[in-house]
Amino acid sequence: MNLEETYRSLGLSDAEYARVRELLGRTPNFLELSLFSVMWSEHCGYKNSRPLLGRFPSEGGRVLQGPGENAGVVEVGEGWALAFKVESHNHPSAVEPYQGAATGVGGIIRDILAMGARPVAVLDSLRFGDPADGRVRYLFREVVRGIGGYGNPVGVPTVGGEVEFAPAYTGNPLVNAMCVGLLRVEDLMRSRAVGVGNRVILLGARTGRDGIHGATFASDELSGESEARRPNVQVGDPFAGKVLIEACLELRRRDLLVALQDLGAAGITSSASEMAAKGGVGIEIETDRVPLREGGMEPWEVMISESQERMLAVVEPERVEEVLKVAARYGLGAAVVGRVADHGELRVLCGGEVAGSVPAEYLADAPAYEREVVEPEYLKEAQRLDVEEIPVPGDFNAVLLRMLSHPNLCSRRSVWEQYDYQVRTNTVVGPGADAAVMRIKGTKLGYAVVTDGRGKWCYLDPEGGGAATVAEAYRNLSCVGAEPVALTNCLNFGSPEKPAVYYQLARSIEGMSRACEALGTPVVSGNVSLYNETSGGAVYPTPVVGMVGVLEDVSCHATPGFGREGDVVAVVGASGRASLAGSEYLEIVHGRVAGRPPEPDLALEKECADRVRRLIAEGLVDTAHDISSGGLAVALAEMAIAGGVGVEVEVGSGRRPDVELFGEAGGQILIAVPGERWDEVREALAGVPWQIIGRTGGGGLKIGGFVDLKLEELRGAYGRDLFAEETG
Amino acid sequence: MSETLRRVRVLVRPKEGILDPQGEAVRRALPALGFGGVGSVHVGRLIELEVEDESQVEDMCRRLLANPTIEEYEWEVIG
Amino acid sequence: MKIGVVIFPGANCDADALYAVERIGAEPVELWHAEPDLKGVDAVILPGGFSYGDYLRPGAIARFSKVMRPLEEFARGGGPTLGVCNGFQVLTEARLLPGALLQNMSLRFVCRTVPVRVEHPDTPWSGACVPGEILHLPVAHNEGNYFAAEETIAQLEDEGRVIFRYLENPNGSRNDIAGICNAERNVVGMMPHPERVSDPLLGSEEGLKVLRSVLEFAGAKVH
Repeated sequence: MNLEETYRSLGLSDAEYARVRELLGRTPNFLELSLFSVMWSEHCGYKNSRPLLGRFPSEGGRVLQGPGENAGVVEVGEGWALAFKVESHNHPSAVEPYQGAATGVGGIIRDILAMGARPVAVLDSLRFGDPADGRVRYLFREVVRGIGGYGNPVGVPTVGGEVEFAPAYTGNPLVNAMCVGLLRVEDLMRSRAVGVGNRVILLGARTGRDGIHGATFASDELSGESEARRPNVQVGDPFAGKVLIEACLELRRRDLLVALQDLGAAGITSSASEMAAKGGVGIEIETDRVPLREGGMEPWEVMISESQERMLAVVEPERVEEVLKVAARYGLGAAVVGRVADHGELRVLCGGEVAGSVPAEYLADAPAYEREVVEPEYLKEAQRLDVEEIPVPGDFNAVLLRMLSHPNLCSRRSVWEQYDYQVRTNTVVGPGADAAVMRIKGTKLGYAVVTDGRGKWCYLDPEGGGAATVAEAYRNLSCVGAEPVALTNCLNFGSPEKPAVYYQLARSIEGMSRACEALGTPVVSGNVSLYNETSGGAVYPTPVVGMVGVLEDVSCHATPGFGREGDVVAVVGASGRASLAGSEYLEIVHGRVAGRPPEPDLALEKECADRVRRLIAEGLVDTAHDISSGGLAVALAEMAIAGGVGVEVEVGSGRRPDVELFGEAGGQILIAVPGERWDEVREALAGVPWQIIGRTGGGGLKIGGFVDLKLEELRGAYGRDLFAEETG
Repeated sequence: MSETLRRVRVLVRPKEGILDPQGEAVRRALPALGFGGVGSVHVGRLIELEVEDESQVEDMCRRLLANPTIEEYEWEVIG
Repeated sequence: MKIGVVIFPGANCDADALYAVERIGAEPVELWHAEPDLKGVDAVILPGGFSYGDYLRPGAIARFSKVMRPLEEFARGGGPTLGVCNGFQVLTEARLLPGALLQNMSLRFVCRTVPVRVEHPDTPWSGACVPGEILHLPVAHNEGNYFAAEETIAQLEDEGRVIFRYLENPNGSRNDIAGICNAERNVVGMMPHPERVSDPLLGSEEGLKVLRSVLEFAGAKVH
């Protein structure tokens, strides 16, 4: 292979190679080229998204650490803080779903650990193709097994997430894992290497050839060849991951570390060069000191291996022995593999010789590509929807049952029962509610966490959909009584080299940013996954938001299930905005994905959600649920099923009944309040739109003259097993 | 590898009569892929190890590699 | 009263068990797997988790860890011993309890709260309950499907050694068995997690009844 073939095979473009030569002022050797190729991949270098990401607001009163670290960190109170981040493992999961998902969970857990936090909650946001497709069912089943297969043993509860199906994800599932960690403010760790002469210690599993060129692989479009590249995919070892967590937390507690970083994509290369670049120092790695799992590995392989369950620590020389002792107690591998130097380079040594040496800042500074933002042609066509063409169904009972049993709207119980959502006994409200609520032992404090994505809406209106995604997360947290604080996001898009996709990316970021500003929730961490494409085209543009909120008194929270008969049922939020555009009803019943979904009224959205949250925090409201996918009828059915109490409501705005029942708009919250408390609640709602629609009670769901179904009928449709063989 | 090590292959499988849901799942899946005429299927474990003293293998199997309550095993020296 | 909780490297319910022990007003004592010392505790809990990764069989490697020798002596000498979930699996591997725990019939991990009937209150880990009392306890396991030879099952039933029984069987266990004891009745193994229902904020503290039983048992012995 000549030089040109070599750098191209490593994924570098001609221009990028020219830039490497110019920066170094010489021709790089193979090892150095490998370092650039992994660090300048889209996955590590964010070449196409970096210029756009600066748009996100990232500051706020509670923010202790914004973007740029392993995870964002926000303050909760009483000296407690939360570290959190969401990350994609889409490409590995498309090829080997069990291990792809498992290592996705393991990787995000180590990101949180690197901040000095104990990982305390995992959420998984999953999207798959049409469940009628056999391979889709296989991917779905194995991804869910992989999440449980790692998350359950490692002892971090999986408390929430999403599952959604759409043909746009066939062949390219989205597997986004979020982790939240709890820490004392004073224990916050960072990944900045400092102190020339300090030692670099590799903790954890031995290094093999796992995932060699996985980072460049993650940035390629998936093709038929991807499956043949299976050996690239890393394998997770949750037991080693668990030991790593406990050992690192003890090292942190005893203040034995200067800096800590997890080894993810691009392995030692990425970790060491980022640590060095942040500290303005150099790092020397002696590859022959790295404990290996297999013989004959070349220095470049050692440097870019993505073997799992490893962390890199910077330690003062006099503390090395103590660190090794702690590791030994846990049976954790630990080896001094290098040192901090003053030359500013990532220098690789093998057998005492320099095998390669590159300034760390060059590796950390991938070229950035900015492209023109041009509205794509598909958009106008997709947004066109003449509601008059949509026939009004005759039997709304049948329509509602059909919708409740649809894979996108039915219960997710068959998924989350495969996850241990209780371990560590802090889960106050587990999966199945608007958001998970967790307590902080020894305090009254709690926090809530949720993930949301609205791919279809972002496809139909990237900017409005982006804003709606953030607004939905805000509303979900408010519905359990938490004050939304900050968010992390994972931007799942197609190839940015396609103008339509670049437009989606840019406008979604704009919409999300506007919502973040209006709602006061900064972005503190994030991840970008591009090139989510298959032969059928790009996936829906799917920014996934993971938002965290705080409860001052965790015992005052709300759940969606109706708890009592005779409660007043009211809708808080603007009425009359619901639309069939982009609704689940339009797709499930009429087979259409079309229209421009209503854009959120962010100021009103915030006001309504904040009022509901305060009512919950004051103990006046304990039943609340966001009206989302499927509209009012589905939301009411969910509340009745969850609580085992029926409900009777009237609708009567004079609009089409299918719009009333199944239209979607966002911005509305259903609450149920005991009659004797209603006056107090009404006073507290002064100034925001609300409307009483009915009362709880009876053995089923009655909506005007349109729906009359028993609880058993609702349960029968809603409670389906998504893994049953007839699925789809 | 040391000259004195022998390679041993241990096969562990569910005892006769023990319900084997994994085997059952495979048995049900095969016809869906067009493989007819499949009788019973059992899923077990294959363990390969290198030992200095093969007279210990029997004991290893009994004490750790298999659980005699639910599993049976056989082993052979393969090199 | 001092109650020891064994910590295997892959245990993940150890902190929950220690917390629950505190909730019943006993003194929790951490017992590290690599130390052959029970530190003078009055009762021992083997908590849930994945002791050593459980790649071979759940509990298969844990039974050979250093803490197990004094623990086996303690148990065989009549010391109150409770294995929960993975702890139950370890006790069967160590032959302190008969039978084995197979993979769930569904081939899926299951995390769910199920009604469990207390069949016999005459053990240190069920004495605070009345016979036939129904507790709502969560299970969270992949291998909880209790199996033993037919004669063994018959013997367990005849001798009143099925202590906890599922009313809704989540895993395919023979005779809906959720928990059993040894012939001497001091060693109990159960798949459901009593330590998880240890606080009203988490929905209920029904599980503490199981743990409080050992306090009553110890109290009765003193008087």
